[in-house]
Amino acid sequence: MTSSDLQQLYQQIILDHAKARHGFSAEPFADLVAREADGPSTAESHQVNTTCGDEVTVRVTVGAASAGDARPGTERIEDLAWRGEGCSISMASASVLSDTVRGLPAGEATALLGAFRDMLRSRGTTAPDEEQLGDAAAFAGVSRYPARVKCAMLAWVAFEEALARAAAR
Amino acid sequence: MMSSVDALKSAPPRSLTDEEVREIRRDFPILGQLVNGRPLTYLDSGATSQNPASVLDAEREFYEQHNSAVHRGAHTLAFRATEAFEAARATVADFIGAQPDEVVWTSNATEAINLVAYSFSNASLGLGGEAAARFRLGAGDEIVVTEMEHHANLIPWQQLALRTGATLRFIPVTDDGTLDLDAAATIIGARTRLLAFTHASNVVGVVNPVADLVALARSVGALVLIDACQSVPHLPVDVAALDVDFAVFSGHKMLGPTGIGVLFGRAELLADMPPFLTGGSMITTVDMRGAEFLAPPQRFEAGTQRVSQAIALAAAVDYLSAVGMSRIEAREAELGQRLLAGLTDIPGVRVLGPAVGVERIGLASIDVAGVHAHDVGQFLDEAGIAVRIGHHCAQPLHRRLGVTASTRASTYLYTTTDEVDHFLATLREVAPFFGVSR
Repeated sequence: MTSSDLQQLYQQIILDHAKARHGFSAEPFADLVAREADGPSTAESHQVNTTCGDEVTVRVTVGAASAGDARPGTERIEDLAWRGEGCSISMASASVLSDTVRGLPAGEATALLGAFRDMLRSRGTTAPDEEQLGDAAAFAGVSRYPARVKCAMLAWVAFEEALARAAAR
Repeated sequence: MMSSVDALKSAPPRSLTDEEVREIRRDFPILGQLVNGRPLTYLDSGATSQNPASVLDAEREFYEQHNSAVHRGAHTLAFRATEAFEAARATVADFIGAQPDEVVWTSNATEAINLVAYSFSNASLGLGGEAAARFRLGAGDEIVVTEMEHHANLIPWQQLALRTGATLRFIPVTDDGTLDLDAAATIIGARTRLLAFTHASNVVGVVNPVADLVALARSVGALVLIDACQSVPHLPVDVAALDVDFAVFSGHKMLGPTGIGVLFGRAELLADMPPFLTGGSMITTVDMRGAEFLAPPQRFEAGTQRVSQAIALAAAVDYLSAVGMSRIEAREAELGQRLLAGLTDIPGVRVLGPAVGVERIGLASIDVAGVHAHDVGQFLDEAGIAVRIGHHCAQPLHRRLGVTASTRASTYLYTTTDEVDHFLATLREVAPFFGVSR
């Protein structure tokens, strides 16, 4: 009875990530400490999906701007960790987020986030840019299930807010 | 010697046969459709029930033939609308064993609970004068709820406690999902002013022992409110026999439309309560400094009323009465046990709440080991099965039972045994699909 639509939604790579949970922190996060001058900046964001009560907290550490280049967006994402509980789509997308944006300059990660969001909101009308999105392209099937877009975006929205907070600290 | 009539009365209520249920289904236009290429299997009546054609017709007939403002106007349509509106009140009152002036229309059950909470809050500020003194709350007073409440019967009391300085306490739930009555006996005490609890749980499906809880409340002079959202639609409820002070329920869970709910309040209490919402339609005389209010129920029905919804709800009540609430109760008890027996048989499925044999309404909430409720619901939807997923507006109860979300299947008078079996068979495929090995 399993339709191909359902298999498009739940691709093996998503089911694998949902179990592997890359970047998941088994331990509760320690309290955030004040940022040292010119040191890395750490911030977090907690997001809840009110439909099902799923929740994710993403903690991001952003380094100083790369040497000789003080333009905004060139800071690297030095670390990303997350905690939370939720459906396979939300857990897999948090895992993929962790794999995908770690080490990227903040500007590049933000652009990637935009592309991910556009793909999810496309209602299946646009093919994902697999080169840019990598594993995140596996979530293309979610766009055909508008009710699940929130699940796939949960960790990414938390990342977006945490990144903005880290930049503002 | 027992007459044949007495024998009939004492016999257990006859359930609905599959043939009768098929007949009933013909009255529900929505049930005949395909969803994702499969016949719709609607197992989400605990959230919202479906409407028979007679309910839809009643609403349409009102708008096509009688639509006008109630309780004002000297014209024929206004008179007819008012008659139908008040007749609807009498129908609903009769259905629950109340008097018409004890039935207040609200938007939904949530608003009905807020009405009581805000009326008490207003009384605590001195509104309503000495007559309303019995509703005043302050430091040292206690409001008691339970750990299995829907948020609608929790948050209004949390907020009332915050506004008045009263303390909110709760009766805990045991591991099997029933109320801890021993604890209730120690929690309900001299300081208790109000006991608010659900008649039937929207998550674990148990029917709470109203008589025991009312007796505890009465022994300390506390008022009692029951959330009857999951009982009035599914079993015979007589508020006078239950001896409760307030009861609330929603139209859309009992074959009626959305946008209408009911507050039952004992006449002598409503008579002394200050209003919640104020404005037009609830006053006698007004000057620039103040106003005199109408007697209940109008005192609590400010502004333009939900006329078509009330009339449609009365049509829903007529439909339920024609089938017979005792028969619906018996049918759903069978479906509930069928669900439970089938679920208990599926590896990795945990049913929240008591085991087979304990009285429950026709619903079951489950946790599937290793598969999140949202994924379970998605898989079922692909097979045309509509269930509720999430915390069902009862986060504290889910936390108590050790889960964040669950999948709930809920039945009604139009649910077939085949649908229950289809749900059970599809559920068996969930764990293999998600690669959860047992």
